[in-house]
Amino acid sequence: MATSSRLDARIPQGSLEDKWEKYKSSVPLVNPSNKRNIEVIVVGTGLAGASAAATLAEMGYKVKAFCFQDSPRRAHSIAAQGGINAAKNYQNDGDSVHRLFYDTIKGGDYRSREANVHRLAEVSGNIIDQCVAQGVPFAREYGGLLSNRSFGGVQVQRTFYAAGQTGQQLLLGAYSGLQRQVGMGTITMYNRHEMLDVVKIDGKCRGIIARNLITGELERHSAHAVLLCTGGYGNVFYLSTNAMGSNVTAAWKAHKRGAFFANPCFTQIHPTCIPVSGEHQSKLTLMSESLRNDGRIWVPKKQNDTRAGIAIPEEERDYYLERRYPAFGNLVPRDIASRAAKERCDAGYGVGSSKLAVFLDFSAAFHRYGQGEANKNNVTNAPESQILEWGKAVVKEKYGNLFDMYKQITGEDPYEVPMRIYPAVHYTMGGLWVDYNLMTTVPGLYSLGEANFSDHGANRLGASALMQGLADGYFVIPITVGAYLAGEIRTGHISTDHEAFVNTEKEVKERIEKLISIQGKTSPELFHRRLGKIMWDKCGMARNEKGLKEAIAEIRALREEFWSDVKVMGKIGDFNPELDKANRVADFIELGELMCIDALTRNESCGGHFREEYQTEEGEALRDDENFMFVSAWEHIANEKWELHKEDLIYDNIKIAQRSYK
Amino acid sequence: MSAGNMRLTLKVWRQSNTDTQGGFESYNLDGVSPDMSFLEMFDILNEQLIEESKEPVAFDHDCREGICGSCSMFINGQPHGPLKGVTTCQLHMRTFKDGDTITVEPWRSGAFPVIKDLVVDRDGFDRIISAGGFVSVNTGNAQDANNLPIAKEDADDAFSAAACIGCGACVAACKNASAMLFVSAKISQLALLPQGQAERSIRAEKMVAQMDAEGFGNCTNTHACSAECPKEISFENIARMNREYLGAKVSSKVV
Repeated sequence: MATSSRLDARIPQGSLEDKWEKYKSSVPLVNPSNKRNIEVIVVGTGLAGASAAATLAEMGYKVKAFCFQDSPRRAHSIAAQGGINAAKNYQNDGDSVHRLFYDTIKGGDYRSREANVHRLAEVSGNIIDQCVAQGVPFAREYGGLLSNRSFGGVQVQRTFYAAGQTGQQLLLGAYSGLQRQVGMGTITMYNRHEMLDVVKIDGKCRGIIARNLITGELERHSAHAVLLCTGGYGNVFYLSTNAMGSNVTAAWKAHKRGAFFANPCFTQIHPTCIPVSGEHQSKLTLMSESLRNDGRIWVPKKQNDTRAGIAIPEEERDYYLERRYPAFGNLVPRDIASRAAKERCDAGYGVGSSKLAVFLDFSAAFHRYGQGEANKNNVTNAPESQILEWGKAVVKEKYGNLFDMYKQITGEDPYEVPMRIYPAVHYTMGGLWVDYNLMTTVPGLYSLGEANFSDHGANRLGASALMQGLADGYFVIPITVGAYLAGEIRTGHISTDHEAFVNTEKEVKERIEKLISIQGKTSPELFHRRLGKIMWDKCGMARNEKGLKEAIAEIRALREEFWSDVKVMGKIGDFNPELDKANRVADFIELGELMCIDALTRNESCGGHFREEYQTEEGEALRDDENFMFVSAWEHIANEKWELHKEDLIYDNIKIAQRSYK
Repeated sequence: MSAGNMRLTLKVWRQSNTDTQGGFESYNLDGVSPDMSFLEMFDILNEQLIEESKEPVAFDHDCREGICGSCSMFINGQPHGPLKGVTTCQLHMRTFKDGDTITVEPWRSGAFPVIKDLVVDRDGFDRIISAGGFVSVNTGNAQDANNLPIAKEDADDAFSAAACIGCGACVAACKNASAMLFVSAKISQLALLPQGQAERSIRAEKMVAQMDAEGFGNCTNTHACSAECPKEISFENIARMNREYLGAKVSSKVV
């Protein structure tokens, strides 16, 4: 194999440990007076977008930031629960930059790029410093120092957290930095705006077309660089833990304008989500992976056991993760925990009315923590009921908001009965292909955070999404964007009267007019639901050749039907959420096809991509390093037509092995 | 997996845009399941309206797990409905009875103009944060995170204040449309932490000044804000804010 000549990852020379340091001291700079004349557009205001916008503005660039929500603070990073990783080694348990790097590469099943991941591990510690300095109230110990917990796929405690609301606190920190710059006039904020296309002039990205979601007007915005920080595409499955508005439109428009889309079939199914309760369901809710620190996962040993969880005695329970993976137990990585849950349910051991659920049980933790409290207070003869009471109070302090949320949604009290959980779509490792500088294959167009593909390979470890979003925004892009912008100091302001802006806006306008003129019979919501079902059934937790081929045909038919039968109510020049949704669903349909093509092309199993034809005797993912140790970067050629470019993955610093958590 | 069998009458505020007068419309809805969230019930209403070729009801929503602060329905006279500590998106239909009539309005406040139907403009909150709701620390300036120990109690109190989701229920609940719970939560968070000390006085002054400029009302101690807050932000924050503000005014450098 050889990397396609169309893909240059621009990885700096030198040893892995020195690359980033050397790069930083040799990258071209833009002097302060020139920065004032250089404009940067940031699309999306989650962790990656808000941190990038704030930092670039602090450095002196003129920034315009866009989000579709009514405030930048509402981006879906806000919902991240469990925590953020950093190689601080505050727990003195042997953590290091190398160990975080190694865990991430292994966790990603050897499908991510060494240099990018190492840089991520290097800057991870600075992220925690920066957040604390902003006033992010992380959890602390009684001595006043920061507290840590464990996450899956890791044997050290390196996860920093703020109860079950870490994403909220980190995003509000980045948002406060962004709003500070808005107040100073260095960022212009465009909320309730959706990016609907990228504008290219002479091959370079020079701006965007955005729709003002209140008035419906299309707007042209020019810039010397555009940063897409627009999150993942999990909502292609309709049901996911993503927010209702999370969408692929910005990334997809970039793709259709020349940005390659990498590893689209690498999606993460999170093992611990509240199970689907009925047809009405609009989204799924995650129960943080941090719960697996203390909760034990089990199913009955007997098939089709209909007894309530608490009625099943200890010896009739199968703690299948502890049984299959003694070294990591309940804290195996997400892809493995999800598949193991599916395996048990498919074999008839599932619980609850749908039989598509397993138990996540805290009774042992209640007892353990309660006993700890008793010991602390020198109580030797407390009755079990008192011990459980104390234990529940400790658990409440750690995970109270998650337990409340579970009760609210299911109507069951998880302090009294075990939670029922099942895997659900959560995160997408795939995304726009970027080089070491986070630039896509379109010069001047960058992608940060979940929107790019770069750091998590075929499976992301828990608490690493927050780390990557903030690493990209606070510490990577502010340095790497200079390499490009240093060449733009003579460009001057870019006029939006240029014919490229006129033509692109016209294309966007025509598409909107077409959507609203069809006036068929089916709402965008129903098309989305049908797409989601195809994707979940045939490109979900397990895939096979036959199913993927069927899915591709079904999606093509769905696309045709959509463009002849969609019914979009309301007007163009108005606040119109139905029109917004139709635009997004149309792009999801196209993406769904590419995901299936990618999954069909990758004849191996790795991480979250499980092809049933390729598994070990124990049912573990069977990689094919000889033929598939590459990044799939897809170039859009025409409707329903893509060309595959491969970027070889080279591991100079890690020994490749069959991933084992046994 | 039971199919829903609740029947409801919904009285929903419809308003085309900021400049037109709005009014209530009544809708009958069948097949509601007690396991649905309130917003999923609205999804069904909207699908029904589309079927009838009527324009669906516009409402703000995004995460549907109680954390983004987008959803903002005033349900039977209470922001986010009857339950304590619950956002609209986490309110489930099992809270209601078959045959109920439910009235749904947008947040009501001069500082939150209606954009359409149940959607209001809450940009004022962002502007208040821009006025001072931050620590002025540029990226790259931070010392090691463990160099400055913070008593667990202070960190926990700061976190409790920082749990505010910025939804605006406090304003909607208050007869004066006061935003003091929102503003005081941010002032408290940063006043409780050592990192917030350098700008403590000027922050209180500037945020309060912006709050007044936005047209939010004053606090008359009815405690409706914290009673209705879906994150149960404590009323004590307002007392702390008043102390911060008075202290700041005594030594004010703002002209």
